Amino acid sequence: MLALATALMLVAAPAFAVQPDEVLKDPALEARARHISEGLRCLVCQNQSIDDSDAPLAKDLRVIVRERLTAGDDDKQVVDYVVARYGEFVLLRPVLAWHTLLLWLTPLLAVLLGGFGIWRLSRRRPSEKPAGLSADEQAEVDALLDRR
Amino acid sequence: MIVEVGHFALALALALSVIQMAMPIWAAYSGDEALRETTVPAALGVFACILFAFGALTYAHVMSDFSVKNVVENSHTLKPLIYKFSGVWGNHEGSMLLWVLILSLFGAMVAVAKNSVPPVLRTNTLAVQALITFVFVLFIITTSNPFDRVAPAPLEGNDLNPLLQDFGLAVHPPLLYLGYVGFSITFAFAAAALIDGRIDAVWARAVRPWTLTAWVFLTLGIAMGSYWAYYELGWGGWWFWDPVENASLMPWIAGTALLHSTVVMEKRDALKVWTVLLAVLTFSLSLMGTFIVRSGLLTSVHTFASDPTRGVFILAILVLFIGGSLTLFAWRAPMLRQGGLFAPISREGALVLNNLFLVAACATVLVGTLYPLLLEMLTAQKISVGPPFFNWTFVPLAIPLLLIVPFGQSLAWKRGDLAAAAQRLFAAFAIAFVVAIGTAALTWGGPVMAPVAIGLGAYLIIGSVLEVFSRARGYGNSRARDLSTIGRRAAGLPRSAWGTAIAHAGVGVLVIGIAAQSWAVEGLATLKPGGTLAVGPYVATLDKVGPQTGENYEETAAFLTLRTASGDMVGPVETGKRFYPSRKMSVTESGLKTIGVSQVYASLGEVMPDGSIGLRLYYKPLVLLIWLGAVVMALGGAVSLTDRRIRVGAPAKARAKPPLNAVPAE
Repeated sequence: MLALATALMLVAAPAFAVQPDEVLKDPALEARARHISEGLRCLVCQNQSIDDSDAPLAKDLRVIVRERLTAGDDDKQVVDYVVARYGEFVLLRPVLAWHTLLLWLTPLLAVLLGGFGIWRLSRRRPSEKPAGLSADEQAEVDALLDRR
Repeated sequence: MIVEVGHFALALALALSVIQMAMPIWAAYSGDEALRETTVPAALGVFACILFAFGALTYAHVMSDFSVKNVVENSHTLKPLIYKFSGVWGNHEGSMLLWVLILSLFGAMVAVAKNSVPPVLRTNTLAVQALITFVFVLFIITTSNPFDRVAPAPLEGNDLNPLLQDFGLAVHPPLLYLGYVGFSITFAFAAAALIDGRIDAVWARAVRPWTLTAWVFLTLGIAMGSYWAYYELGWGGWWFWDPVENASLMPWIAGTALLHSTVVMEKRDALKVWTVLLAVLTFSLSLMGTFIVRSGLLTSVHTFASDPTRGVFILAILVLFIGGSLTLFAWRAPMLRQGGLFAPISREGALVLNNLFLVAACATVLVGTLYPLLLEMLTAQKISVGPPFFNWTFVPLAIPLLLIVPFGQSLAWKRGDLAAAAQRLFAAFAIAFVVAIGTAALTWGGPVMAPVAIGLGAYLIIGSVLEVFSRARGYGNSRARDLSTIGRRAAGLPRSAWGTAIAHAGVGVLVIGIAAQSWAVEGLATLKPGGTLAVGPYVATLDKVGPQTGENYEETAAFLTLRTASGDMVGPVETGKRFYPSRKMSVTESGLKTIGVSQVYASLGEVMPDGSIGLRLYYKPLVLLIWLGAVVMALGGAVSLTDRRIRVGAPAKARAKPPLNAVPAE
């Protein structure tokens, strides 16, 4: 039973992210590979980078990234190579283009809009004096005061 | 039998919630005040019924009643008892039941909070709450019934997803839901105020304890979820900017903004309309947080059930509450009397800036989460918005926000003196600067921005300490000269002042914990027993690899011994892969060795036939500060909650005490 379980485990156990045999000899190149893979999405996973993912496809992509780097591509060329094959969807940090303009401008727009609102609010003069109590409220207050 | 009674109790809760909702409305039309109060026993009845239904489902889970479909799908006779309990909410149906249980619990609490909430506001709030309860109980009964039976009953269940068989599941969802659902009360208060067309400082004071309670639980819930993901998912990250995490972060940010704007409203009678809008938005985001994932619109690693038939119902609920409340807001808000002005350099000015940056950050997360979905619907173009985007946009918004915090604490209401505040904070600047320079010197050649961030964290902590100190010392003529007076006065400061200082110091602790992760180190190797792997200042030796058996799993475990680089013993670390035969699923069990507030994190990879293993080690300096910081923040909220001013139903006895060492009031 135990042997069977162990055997099953060997088959079913997901391998974890980057594996020792994938690591490049040159530490500088490997560091670049890691940096690039952190920004590439594992296409079959829910929401993971290929650097974190256990999926076989992620492994393939990691290997591709390392092959391109070894072949002498710079970081941008490697990313372009992957994007050319898998589309923009693979980029965890979306490009800055017309269709993502609103996305990238959101923080700025939010601060500017909010800042404008605050500016207007702070310029408003106390036009109205604090309104007095209504007749009902005055009666209520009188009742309370009488009670004291 | 008991399951059927539970099912019936749920249906009864549905009917009672109609009464709870209708009575205040009817009372408003008929003018019968006695009728209005009947909403109170109705709210208590709804809570009792749902509590019974929840108890019945728990009973079925603990007794392994496999004639109940929910139990078959999520339980197993061999499952440890604690997971039989937590398994009740480890699935869609059960978690929905927990959700409405907490909803009705809060309703019952408002119902009995007679002293702290004006009667009309209280009953109107209960009516709005009842509408929420009604819709969600209806959702459970019609689409997600946990009491469905199966015939014939199987002999054994399918077991709970192994990833969920963890202590984290026992505490994370209840905490998170207490937070999400707690904001339903603020929402109900806001809707009641809008319906009534009346809002004032009394409203703010009544709402504040509820906001604070929800915020404390949400803070703890998110922190617990983050720590759970950290050790359970096995790759050592603590925040993934995953849609579900974002969904919990958004109400937290909005709730934090709400907490601060309510203070302004209570003290200065300003920002009324804004506060109401924030209350509406916070709960809307909570609803989105609970449901957008279940509707199947967004996918995430956390999804446990997405079913398209439920999706439509869920979307209808979201449209009803979010759309409905925003419409109500647009219609009624112009009728609310705007009051209060503020000078830019004042505490309320700083709090307004806090709101500005928090809301901008919240908007960024919201747009980032939904943008890919909208873009794909509109243009069929598929893009991803992942961690690099959020780190790029969120951090620049967080930094000015954090810089303001000590100033906000230090400035006076109405008209503050910026120069004087800066002078009081001089020590904080100086110490933070020394800390940043010192860190940079110690870690020369390492990350550049991280020492600055450590300095920022130190600035927040020292700023909070200085705030308490300078308030306790007093100003001008009443300035204390000896330490014992300062100590006595510090003890006499309002709890809310302490709470604020503690929570803000917690933010500093959190910032330091996050910044320190820049120095995290990773080691990766294929090891045979006897082999070693170095990570940071530590070296791990693989002693042996062997099988272990748990109650409902088989495990291959790697036993490691951790030593310092100079050979001193640190302790054993064990990591393994557990195989759950009932689900034919295996999960990595990471090994953690805590050294002070730092950790060494071990994760087992492939086990080769020749007995060697793939091993990944991380050294994570000061990593526990991330969650400790969150706990300190929650603690600050809890301390603030005990403030005399907002304690629910507090007697006014404190007024009699002669103010011997009068402290300048807030």
